[in-house]
Amino acid sequence: MNVPLATPVVALVGNPNAGKTSLFNALTGSRQKVGNYPGVTVERKAGRLPLPDGRIAELIDLPGTYSLTPRSPDEAVTRDAVLGLLQGEKRLDAIIAVVDATNLRNHLRFVLELRRLGLPMLVALNMVDLAARDGMTIDVERLSAILGLPVVATVAVRRRGLDDVAAQVAATLRAETPVLAVVADADVRLLQREARVIADTVTLTQGARRRWSQRLDGVALHPVLGPILLAALLFCMFQAVFAWVSAPTDWLAAQVTLAQGALTAGMADGPLRSMLVDGVLGGVGAVVVFLPQILILFFFILCLEQSGYMVRAAFLMDRLMARVGLNGRAFIPLISSFACAVPGIMATRTIDSPRDRLTTILIAPLMTCSARLPVYAVIIGAFIPDRPVLGVLGLQGLVLFVLYIAGVVGALVAAWALRHTVTKGPSPTFLMEMPKYQWPAPRDIGIGMYQRAMAFITRAGGIILVSTIALWALATWPKPPADWNRPALEYSIAGRIGAGLEPIFRPIGFNKEIALALVPGMAAREVAVSALGTVYSLQGTDENHTDGLITKLQAAWSLPTALAFLAWFVFAPQCISTLAVTRRETGGWAWPAFMFAYLFAAAYVAAGITYWTARALF
Amino acid sequence: MLEPRLIERLSPGEVATIAAIDRAGLDPLTAQRLHELGFDEGVDVELLHRAPFGGDPLAVRVGNMTVALRKSMARLIEIEAPAAPAAIAAE
Repeated sequence: MNVPLATPVVALVGNPNAGKTSLFNALTGSRQKVGNYPGVTVERKAGRLPLPDGRIAELIDLPGTYSLTPRSPDEAVTRDAVLGLLQGEKRLDAIIAVVDATNLRNHLRFVLELRRLGLPMLVALNMVDLAARDGMTIDVERLSAILGLPVVATVAVRRRGLDDVAAQVAATLRAETPVLAVVADADVRLLQREARVIADTVTLTQGARRRWSQRLDGVALHPVLGPILLAALLFCMFQAVFAWVSAPTDWLAAQVTLAQGALTAGMADGPLRSMLVDGVLGGVGAVVVFLPQILILFFFILCLEQSGYMVRAAFLMDRLMARVGLNGRAFIPLISSFACAVPGIMATRTIDSPRDRLTTILIAPLMTCSARLPVYAVIIGAFIPDRPVLGVLGLQGLVLFVLYIAGVVGALVAAWALRHTVTKGPSPTFLMEMPKYQWPAPRDIGIGMYQRAMAFITRAGGIILVSTIALWALATWPKPPADWNRPALEYSIAGRIGAGLEPIFRPIGFNKEIALALVPGMAAREVAVSALGTVYSLQGTDENHTDGLITKLQAAWSLPTALAFLAWFVFAPQCISTLAVTRRETGGWAWPAFMFAYLFAAAYVAAGITYWTARALF
Repeated sequence: MLEPRLIERLSPGEVATIAAIDRAGLDPLTAQRLHELGFDEGVDVELLHRAPFGGDPLAVRVGNMTVALRKSMARLIEIEAPAAPAAIAAE
């Protein structure tokens, strides 16, 4: 009779692309928690797995890896977790080895390596439906007998075999704490050959190879069509970000204005009303309205990742990346950085060469992240006329596209320069599995988007709320004396800070309101918008807040200033989160300091050139 | 023929068998990863695609896996015509 364990810890381990995360989502549903492993920025996903005997296990989704010999930081986490070496983590009570049924020969090798550890273990033979569709028949009982491990056939995306997995986990968990067998490093070639023999023994019919996946690759990797398709996909992504969101964004913006109006009408004039209307709603509201755009961007990125296309993009880009001293693998974190540099920098943990990884981290903030969208959207909306160019394209969309391209070109130039100076060294090679194409599972996309939305709202409620209230306070006090005949803002602490910073920014066309907005904008880039919202909201004589920020900016800024502001934000280093994650990833303040300095210099120069060129032209 | 055959010389869709892998030309971790991805003596490889802009990197099928690798690494993998009787010699 087993004595129930307190909370048994069970981990999903397996090759990349074995469908681990889908299985994790299917087994735990929404009962999951996303965090970080201590000391490293590798995402730690844990969830509650109810067992049929009434116990509840903690299920951990470990990063995919090919073996217990790590090549990159995320693979090292998996090895350390499995071997019980991870600081602050409980030892594993059991392992669920996830195996792609269509790729038994390779995936069984890792199962054999894991089996040597002697931990309680079961095998989830995943994607058996795809194997069946390819005409492949696998003798599950025989596989179980040969391995000496329970084997459960699953289809994670269709939720098949989940109860069997839970039942087998319950049966596998033993009362006593498992003891890891001390084993010498496995000889990969011996395991590989053993795995091939087992795979050939249990595979009753081989079936046709995935010709349809190769046919898709015939287009996606075609010398001419491939790059066109990639460019078209990226263009669609950014077009959608702007075109699909006007309804939800306008609705959110209207709600913010309604709330401001209601508070103004319903409350007596005073500091509290000013704080809520100008500080909280003016600031946080200006950022929250961009939630739809950020979600659409994440939707595209999640789809590209889960369909298997992202690796094809890396393949297509490898040659170009090699020119600047990187490899195609670096393209994937850079695409993620279009959503946010923080997950982008975290995604660099899959890059095995430390120099490559450092270079990618340093250029990741140059990819236009979604936090810059609010800034771009407001300025473009205010200063770029909405008129068609070349028939179909809108001028506003085109300017946005140019800003994204400027970021990409800037990143490539920076990578080249860095690889020839501070991260000088031999070029790493490009070696990567190209997983089969899969329809993205709506559940996995949904969970991914939900987690991103919560992260954004938490940010809006946390750092953005705090910094806008702080800015509101600084911009409100001290109150000017009665005979002060200029805007009250100029008398406040914030006004004086802005005036103090103005000389630094005057040469590139920034006024003191901008200088002021850049200070809280350090917290997060989108705060610059909410800060401008707060500053101009307080400064304005517009009692009923009928004028949006756009109207106020049009009155206050010249076109060269607006363009310089856009150019500034292509490079702008302002984001505490990015610097913090860089510090964690590089293990010190030296690289984040370097990153801040070089981005600040680039932003200053770019804004200056833009300002003076625009002044000469317009 | 004395000159070793190379994956990059295959025409797309052509299958060959891995004869030898030059592990001395690789660092140990990369050599191990090559095996983890399924490369091994005696295993079939097929050239699937060449990347645009110069045909580097290559996409090859090895076993049931599709792997992308650069020509420089593919050159460390020596191949021979497959042992299967159905194979037709290219030359």
